Amino acid sequence: MIAIIDYGAGNIKSLQFALDKLGKTSKLTMDPQEIHQADSIILPGVGAFKDAMEALQRYQLDTILKKEAANGKPILGICLGMQLFYEFSEENGGCTGLGFLSGSVKRISDKVKVPHMGWNILQADQPGALLNNLGDKPYVYFVHSYAVDDPDENTLAASADYGGRVPAIVQDKNITGMQFHPEKSGDVGIALLKNYEESIS
Amino acid sequence: MLAKRIIPCLDVDKGRVVKGKKFQDIKDVANPVELAARYNREGADELVFYDITASNEERNIFLDVVEQVAREIAIPFMVGGGIRTIEDIHSVLHAGADKVSVNSAAVQRPELIKESSDKFGSQCIVLSIDAKKTADGDYHVFINGGRKDTGMDAIEWAKQGEALGAGELVINAMDSDGEKNGYQIALTKKIADAVNIPVIASGGAGKYEHFSEVFAEGIDAALAASVFHYEEIPIPELKEYLSSQGIPMRRRA
Repeated sequence: MIAIIDYGAGNIKSLQFALDKLGKTSKLTMDPQEIHQADSIILPGVGAFKDAMEALQRYQLDTILKKEAANGKPILGICLGMQLFYEFSEENGGCTGLGFLSGSVKRISDKVKVPHMGWNILQADQPGALLNNLGDKPYVYFVHSYAVDDPDENTLAASADYGGRVPAIVQDKNITGMQFHPEKSGDVGIALLKNYEESIS
Repeated sequence: MLAKRIIPCLDVDKGRVVKGKKFQDIKDVANPVELAARYNREGADELVFYDITASNEERNIFLDVVEQVAREIAIPFMVGGGIRTIEDIHSVLHAGADKVSVNSAAVQRPELIKESSDKFGSQCIVLSIDAKKTADGDYHVFINGGRKDTGMDAIEWAKQGEALGAGELVINAMDSDGEKNGYQIALTKKIADAVNIPVIASGGAGKYEHFSEVFAEGIDAALAASVFHYEEIPIPELKEYLSSQGIPMRRRA
């Protein structure tokens, strides 16, 4: 069972429907016991970094996530969920994140339209099973105004080009982040989720 | 580089897709869930659903449609029509929509844009503007399904909408809607140049060239209804054509 962390983060239904298509059982939950027993965890998220961190803290989900991360349980962060893995975001005056990955989150350059909204191409930064069978120009759907600024290069699996380099897939052992929405990225998104699920099972 | 988006729009009345001309003469076209699945297969980049009746008793039929669509497709979709309150926005997002467009209610109470974007994030709040050229040569904002001239300048309203937190704009050109003579490029480009958020052109698509014209002007996305519903312009062929014109398009793998 996949535990999808329930802290009021927007549209979860599409993610559940996408996991259904892969035959994966998922449950939206904030129950520590259920999260502990789950095979893997997904941290979804839309909205503002600070609000999300406060919501996680309110339900002590930050502590639970840190414990599960340290235990080696696979955790996938999607969109803001990925950003929360980092040490710090400058959004709304600044806020500390979960600190699973080193780096910080900054606003996308105003040289381009913000939010970065729409379909952009994933470019592989290093080979990996996550990027198998995505076709020639794998377009995925992004919606975000902030992006990871200075990731550890070893953790960067794929990025997109939008007013500079936008880290799109990051991975460090059991921690994986996707800045775009795989559940909204058509066949490519479903293939990415499938690759991810195979890599952790 | 970001691909330009092709967005079919489905007007939904009592659980069916319908099509009108200049906001009138409504005709029944199809089942919304089936049509959404078809567009998803054909490579549409996003979908828009407008609840065109939006009376209270029909609201639940519409929310059921939204949820069935979310189950069926894995591309983003926007919902609009009759959205008046934070609760309305919450209920469509909860049913599985990714974005919500506000129109008349935002004109009457602009704080709705700020309150909803603070609560749900700018990325899911779209300001939809019905605009029409008036006798003085300016474009005014119309509300109530295009029946009432507010006297507001469309470009100023677009800028205000961005400042209040809208994450995207849909510009519905009422003069060109349903006429198939091309998008209202002059107005849409003026607005796109005045803001730094994505702009979707709506109203007037009739042939392939209309899409390339609008994208050549830096507009981010183009919305259309009947040319797609009646397969006058098949989406795969349209994308093939636009790609050959050098316009970045998401293509099926």
